[in-house]
Amino acid sequence: MRRAFLLARRRLVSSIPVLLIVIAGAFLLLEAAPGDAVDAYLLSIGGGDPALVQSLRESYGLDQSVFARLWLYVTALARLDLGWSVVFGRPVLDVILERLPTTLWLMGSAVALSFGLGSLLGIVAGARPGSATDRALSIGSLALYAVPSFWLGLVLSVVFAVQLRWFPTSGIETIASGRQGFSRALDIAWHLVLPVASLGFIYLALFLRMMRTGMAEAWRQDFALAARAKGLARRRIVVRHIARNALLPLVTMLGLQAATMLGGSVVIESVFAIPGFGRLAQEAVAGRDAPLLTGIIIVSALLVILVNLVVDIAYAMLDPRVGATGAAA
Amino acid sequence: MSVLSRLLRSPEGAIGLAILVLLALMALFAGVIFPRDPLSIVGPALVPPFTDGLFPLGTDRLGRDVLAELVHGARASLAVGIAAAVVSLVIGSVVGTLAGFAGGLVDEALMRIVDAFQIVPAFLLALAFVSVAGASLPVVVFAIALGAWTAPARLARAEVLSIRERDYVAAARVIGMRPLEIALREVLPNALPPVLALSSVIVASSVLIEAALSFLGLSDPNIVTWGSMISEGRNVLRSAPFLSIFPGMALMVTVLGVYLFSEGLAQALAKRRARA
Amino acid sequence: MSETLARLSGLTVAYRTDGTSSIALDAVDLDIMAGERLALIGESGSGKSTLALALARLLPGTADVSGRISWPADGHAPLPGRDYGFVFQDAGASLNPVLPVGEQIAEVAQRHLGMAWREAYRRARNLLARVRIPQPDAVLRAYPHQLSGGQRQRVGIASAIAAQPRLLIADEPTSALDMVVQAEIVALLDELVREDGMTLLFITHDIALASGFADRIAVFRYGGLVEAGLAAEVLSRPTERYTAALIASHIDLSTPPLIAGGAP
Repeated sequence: MRRAFLLARRRLVSSIPVLLIVIAGAFLLLEAAPGDAVDAYLLSIGGGDPALVQSLRESYGLDQSVFARLWLYVTALARLDLGWSVVFGRPVLDVILERLPTTLWLMGSAVALSFGLGSLLGIVAGARPGSATDRALSIGSLALYAVPSFWLGLVLSVVFAVQLRWFPTSGIETIASGRQGFSRALDIAWHLVLPVASLGFIYLALFLRMMRTGMAEAWRQDFALAARAKGLARRRIVVRHIARNALLPLVTMLGLQAATMLGGSVVIESVFAIPGFGRLAQEAVAGRDAPLLTGIIIVSALLVILVNLVVDIAYAMLDPRVGATGAAA
Repeated sequence: MSVLSRLLRSPEGAIGLAILVLLALMALFAGVIFPRDPLSIVGPALVPPFTDGLFPLGTDRLGRDVLAELVHGARASLAVGIAAAVVSLVIGSVVGTLAGFAGGLVDEALMRIVDAFQIVPAFLLALAFVSVAGASLPVVVFAIALGAWTAPARLARAEVLSIRERDYVAAARVIGMRPLEIALREVLPNALPPVLALSSVIVASSVLIEAALSFLGLSDPNIVTWGSMISEGRNVLRSAPFLSIFPGMALMVTVLGVYLFSEGLAQALAKRRARA
Repeated sequence: MSETLARLSGLTVAYRTDGTSSIALDAVDLDIMAGERLALIGESGSGKSTLALALARLLPGTADVSGRISWPADGHAPLPGRDYGFVFQDAGASLNPVLPVGEQIAEVAQRHLGMAWREAYRRARNLLARVRIPQPDAVLRAYPHQLSGGQRQRVGIASAIAAQPRLLIADEPTSALDMVVQAEIVALLDELVREDGMTLLFITHDIALASGFADRIAVFRYGGLVEAGLAAEVLSRPTERYTAALIASHIDLSTPPLIAGGAP
């Protein structure tokens, strides 16, 4: 546990400069976009006289140099002030925090589905490399991996929502149903099935393939031969010795894919009209809401850092070789 | 035995290569097969597929030929995919080589920038860039490359770090070549092959990102792309799902072709190396 | 003592690679007697390790086997882990890097001796003590990378003997270790085999190492058996020039006595 803690602390410290670079990039984007924070504010309150504009610009420090403005931007961020959203006429942070939980549920479920089922099928495929099951799963997963997630979403909704009517076509819950507690949770879960499948299946294919490759690699190691020489049950060899080792790169991949998955949720949420963080990004683009868009970028960078922190700790717990001083493999 | 014949002997490689050659021919001769602008209205709206010999895959809401759109869409998809891969490989190799060769603070700074680009979702980055710079083909290419150059940069740096310790680099130093000259003439050419091997994966993901961008309406409205076709078909998803399904399948076959090809190539190269 | 444990007749093994086939073991006839300590000696590529793998039925799928191996004493081929234990050359690679050492020993006892895990772990602890690992309770929870090379090989031996097999196959168990540790491991093997009355098949390229404690020696070269006989006879009166050359090249080096006085 101490090992994991030290690792986490080191990761946090090293991500500070990275986050600063992201913030600087976000600031550049904000500068490049037409209009500034005052324009955004005025737009949302319905305009104002030139004297108000002037005083607002001064109070925001927008009449100062680029570097002074960057400094103001960074200090504002430090106070958790992400600016003012044009589209929503509210503080960016409020809008984001409102939308975030939905996306976290979507992503969390997609990760659970893809990682759980993907590694499980990968174990089935990798248990006997070269077998018919292995080849079928390998080809199937490659085909699945080539499918664009938003298109998969459309196809799934045509089949399961429009034709079969098993699941709702869009939204996150039944509107004005008055449901509470468990019944509401069930309703939301019902709405999430197709989006989670669309987002998760592609990564399921990725994890399946990695697990399969990792197991093929593990079978060639000496310890696999040693496990056979011990006469252990086939099941124990496959699960405890082979799969256990093949799991490690998957955990690393989970961290690497966190950012891609967050990007993928933008399109999926748009397909299923889910009012989440990803759809917010599209709304920000559609409404030319630069402060909101930069806020989204900064928050997603933070999210990815957090996910990687968790992944690091999980890796350290799974691989005893990762020391507090040694680097992660 | 040459790499090509080995490639053709593995089923993956042969199928992948066949798909890619077919797509390339489609893209190259799109203008010859369907000389008319694919966005022009040529017939009645919503002709179902496989019913009219004139429009084998039917027509869309506005009466445009779906097959012509598909063939022209191959051009946009492949062009964007390949261009984005080239741009990201060039940026990535230059940055990676510089970082690996310079070492010290320069390396540290460049790698933190790489980190920064990696923790921001590539799709969000592309979305933001296109929304600020406006949707045109070059902007889309650059927007995709923004999120894709980091992997080649990391790999190039790792290669350079291992290469610069080797004998011929030391020899170049001894005969008095300038550092930049060594970097460009001795190190880069040797670091490049493994980095180039990334290109197929980057092409595949670029094609997918381009499709997702145009699906969200962030592409040049005057160019037909598979993503914009899916988006357009979405309006009549219930009555004419084929309008979304055909371009999606084209996307899937393209990406699958790239994956199969790269898997076959990897196998062929591994066999050759094992033999050597 | 004179009962035959295994009889190899015309045993031939060839490995297939990329359409071509290379012979690793060529028509070998050899008897392994119950309770004896037999050393298989040869350079790398002589086929001695292939013979060990063939006996253990651990050959890869690319190996073609012809000829036969019969087991007159048992009437059936030995069950891995249960009837034979296998000690590998590189304990660092043959131990699973992500599992605690204790589990890797206990799993053998759990599987073959019908023990519950608690009991199996207790046995693992005792085995660690028996292979003379200091602080066995701590090592039980340690991971392979936290141990020294010699300790890792001791763990490998402990897991090989965990189910009290009749036959112990040790494939170059010391060649990855330095001289001093080598001697300790050989002494340990010698002692364990003696105490438990196991048959030992000791594979090595080092004739001096084998000469110290083997009852019989079988010399291999290019996949064939050069000669086999009682250790003392082969060493003092080799019938083949190759054996003589092997002996000459080693004894000259005034090899330190590895066994004499080794066991306390």
